[in-house]
Amino acid sequence: MTKRRGPVFLARRSYRLRRMRDAARLLPIAGAFLFLLPILWEPDRSASRDTATDGIYLFVIWALLVLIAALMAPGLGTGEEPESGAHGDEEAPH
Amino acid sequence: MPFNLLVLSCITYAAFLFLVAFAVEHRAARGEARWLRSPLIYTLSLSVYCTAWTFYGAVGYAARSGLEYLTIYLGPTLIFVGWWWMLRKLVRIGRQQRVTSIADMISSRYGKSNLLGVMVTLLCVIAATPYIALQLQSVTLSFGVFAAAGSYGWAMPDTNSTALWVAGGLAVFTILFGTRNLDANEQHTGIVTAIAVEAVVKLVALIAVGVFVVWVLADGPGDIIARIGTSQLADWDLVPSRWAGLTVLSAAAVITLPRMFQVLVVENSDERHLATASWAFPLYLMAMSLFVVPIAVVGLQMLPNGANPDLFVLTLPLSQGQGGLAMLAFLGGFSSATSMVIVASIALATMVSNHIVMPLWLRLRPSREVTGDVRRLVLMSRRMSIAGVLGLGYLYFAVSGGSAALAAIGLISFAGVAQMLPAMLGGIFWRGATRVGAALGLGTGFAVWAYTLFLPSFGPGSVLPLEVFQNGAFGLSWLRPHALFGVEGMDPLIHALFWSIAFNTTAFALGSLLSFPTPVERVQGLAFVDVFDTEREEPRPWVQGEAEPEELLNMAQRILGDDEALSFFEGQARAQGKDGYLPDPAPEFLTALERRLAGSVGAAAAHAMIAELAGHARVTVADLMRVADETAQIMEYSARLESQREELTRTARQLREANEKLTQLSVQKDAFLSQISHELRTPMTSIRAFSEILMEGDLPPDMVVSQARIINDEAIRLTRLLNDLLDLSVLENGSVQLDIKLANLSELIDLALRVAGQTRPERVFTVVRDRPTEALFLRTDPDRLAQVFINLISNSRKYCDAATPELRIVVRQRGARVNVDFIDNGSGIPKDKQALIFEKFARLTDQSRAGGAGLGLAICREIMANLGGTITYLPGQGGAGFRVTLPLRLEKSSEGGTA
Repeated sequence: MTKRRGPVFLARRSYRLRRMRDAARLLPIAGAFLFLLPILWEPDRSASRDTATDGIYLFVIWALLVLIAALMAPGLGTGEEPESGAHGDEEAPH
Repeated sequence: MPFNLLVLSCITYAAFLFLVAFAVEHRAARGEARWLRSPLIYTLSLSVYCTAWTFYGAVGYAARSGLEYLTIYLGPTLIFVGWWWMLRKLVRIGRQQRVTSIADMISSRYGKSNLLGVMVTLLCVIAATPYIALQLQSVTLSFGVFAAAGSYGWAMPDTNSTALWVAGGLAVFTILFGTRNLDANEQHTGIVTAIAVEAVVKLVALIAVGVFVVWVLADGPGDIIARIGTSQLADWDLVPSRWAGLTVLSAAAVITLPRMFQVLVVENSDERHLATASWAFPLYLMAMSLFVVPIAVVGLQMLPNGANPDLFVLTLPLSQGQGGLAMLAFLGGFSSATSMVIVASIALATMVSNHIVMPLWLRLRPSREVTGDVRRLVLMSRRMSIAGVLGLGYLYFAVSGGSAALAAIGLISFAGVAQMLPAMLGGIFWRGATRVGAALGLGTGFAVWAYTLFLPSFGPGSVLPLEVFQNGAFGLSWLRPHALFGVEGMDPLIHALFWSIAFNTTAFALGSLLSFPTPVERVQGLAFVDVFDTEREEPRPWVQGEAEPEELLNMAQRILGDDEALSFFEGQARAQGKDGYLPDPAPEFLTALERRLAGSVGAAAAHAMIAELAGHARVTVADLMRVADETAQIMEYSARLESQREELTRTARQLREANEKLTQLSVQKDAFLSQISHELRTPMTSIRAFSEILMEGDLPPDMVVSQARIINDEAIRLTRLLNDLLDLSVLENGSVQLDIKLANLSELIDLALRVAGQTRPERVFTVVRDRPTEALFLRTDPDRLAQVFINLISNSRKYCDAATPELRIVVRQRGARVNVDFIDNGSGIPKDKQALIFEKFARLTDQSRAGGAGLGLAICREIMANLGGTITYLPGQGGAGFRVTLPLRLEKSSEGGTA
């Protein structure tokens, strides 16, 4: 579809809302990276590995994810709010 | 603890849960339970993810493989904090399409294909079997722990029969719980709340054991960290492929497991709850896994070497003599197992009845009309399915010997349901995904999973012969179940996951790319992928005018139940600007009806049923083109035009109806005038004639008396007619005086039956009543109400043309209002006359049969309006049916307006 749907520039509030939603989409990607990080260091570790440290690392990341998600959740809206008539940022291009 | 005490506490606990569910449903039915549908309850109900496998198995898993158990909870955490990607869309689609299960969703997306529904159902049933076996095993093991500790009471039966008892008990419990009624949209408020209670119990139990271990057995967190360093857990090897693979697997499972889909999508009552669950559910998972490692470490140090680490949660408190804590832990494990089994078997039973039993029944029944009680059939098939699913679980437990570690069994199920992921994700993000692709992908993935993981799980030599394990099927070494294509040395689970998902995705993509979707598929694809694009109009696949509304109503009543169906039809008729219960069979109405039915029997069956009555769905290429090509501008313009057109159509329809009514009324008024003059003139003529004779005098006295009597009778007839007319005009002006007092409905009906018995007393009428439901006290004007009842019953006595006439009187209380239905078994009132019967002077047959001037029902309508109620004709009852609705307590204020 060549014709652009919706306006090109947005007012400050709807701009903020959209970036907030972008952040919500990025959060699991960051989380996945941090959760998979132990793969990178673990196999090369010496015999004196420390399970407790790894555990604490994972739980701290976990708690941070929960905290950030809890802070963002109320501000994301339902996706129903009028965004100056724009609906150009839904997923799935076709 | 004695074994019998243990059984008793389990039963008490189950009874308590049942009471919770019952009370909640009772309150919800009265609309008092808003808080029960809160984000908190929703989040807690999601905890069916944490089964007995989590409760007992996580500790065992940690004791064997260190921190790897965390992957099972990290995957779901990522899916939930990333809810804006996927969960939001799933929930929206689920609500918009009134999805009843994951099989329904996939079938609905791919053109309401029943083939896919059946495939997904079978896959889910097979994949859930080991999982249910796992719950049976854990409950059985925990029974064993207690039974070994106690020495008196009943002896515990052997493991197999204990498992059988547990399975039977759970089946009864689930059937009682989950199939009490056939809910619209398959929501079960009561069960969800009971599950939430169980979620709290298991969390509290696990944390209590954890706190006991960390602060009583050890000296706080510092000591635990030191102990981890010296225990065997410090030596665990992180296997990168398993770490990544299991995270992905659990992330896939949390959205594809039938029970998760049930609580996440089907039972969701408000999309905003998801925003809370997005962080609260990961928090719950974190709390559940926090104390796992401490319990494992302390258990390994304090308990004897051979102790089963899967049971540390129970055996640690028991070995310290903490009976109460152990009992709490036992109930926690019992909660985890029961909540999983209840939700999973309800979800699976819905699938089996909607995608296997209903289509079979649709195909096998002799006539095209929907007869018999479909609801009972559906409920029965669900009950059988619940028993069947639990039976399969028990069978797996018995055959596999229940020896494998808990964690390994659960992962087999996860890998099985993960096969739905490509079809599901492709379905909601890619419009090009087709039915052929989905079927191929599912089939291939399922086959590879079964061959490499599921069948081998029974142990070498039991289902697959040892020969196959060593040399591959047909002696082809590249077909060995644990080393496909000669890839050796991979972990069996990751091996199976990798190959099955790889083949699945490839088949799905190739199948979709090379096939061409049907129109219904393309319409559904658009509705799923662009679910948030609400401005776009959906093409309506139904054509105007082929379905008979009364037939549709009949069918809907069989599936939704009488009241549901009637109120739905009434609402639709009102949206079209019509009165009564029968809307026009417009495409919008058919689409809405299909969605509504889909909420009870699934999309495929609902589509097929409507197609039978309304003719085949037609989606034209023009429809699709319109959907595909319109630019935003044209869309907006046409939407505006469309809404104007709809408004115009609605107005035109109303005008047409009003006009029809006016024309008919005018004709009737003329007829009435001539009739009323006739009615007035006949007595007048005889009065005149006889009074003239009297005037001549000269008559014998007995003749004078008889002629005076005739004059008197005729005068009375005249007065009655005039009274009726006066009555009507008083009622219409609203200047009537009501005499309001308490009256017993049952006595009123008795009275009405007695009085109306004088109409055509030679007819024998069977009256069917349900006395207990009639025991209601009403605050109303009893004389006026009795007048309405008498009129309806006399009408029925007059006009019911059945050979053995029968009158059903059904009383139902709906909140603060009462419905009284009078239904006979005659031929009813033709559709074109239904709108007119409440008009003045209306009479359907010739005057010869009717006694009055056609004012009866008109008076009834006015009386009911004065009593704050209504009287309507009820179509689709197999005879003439009238519904009288009135308030239980007529308030002074509404009376004051009329006084």
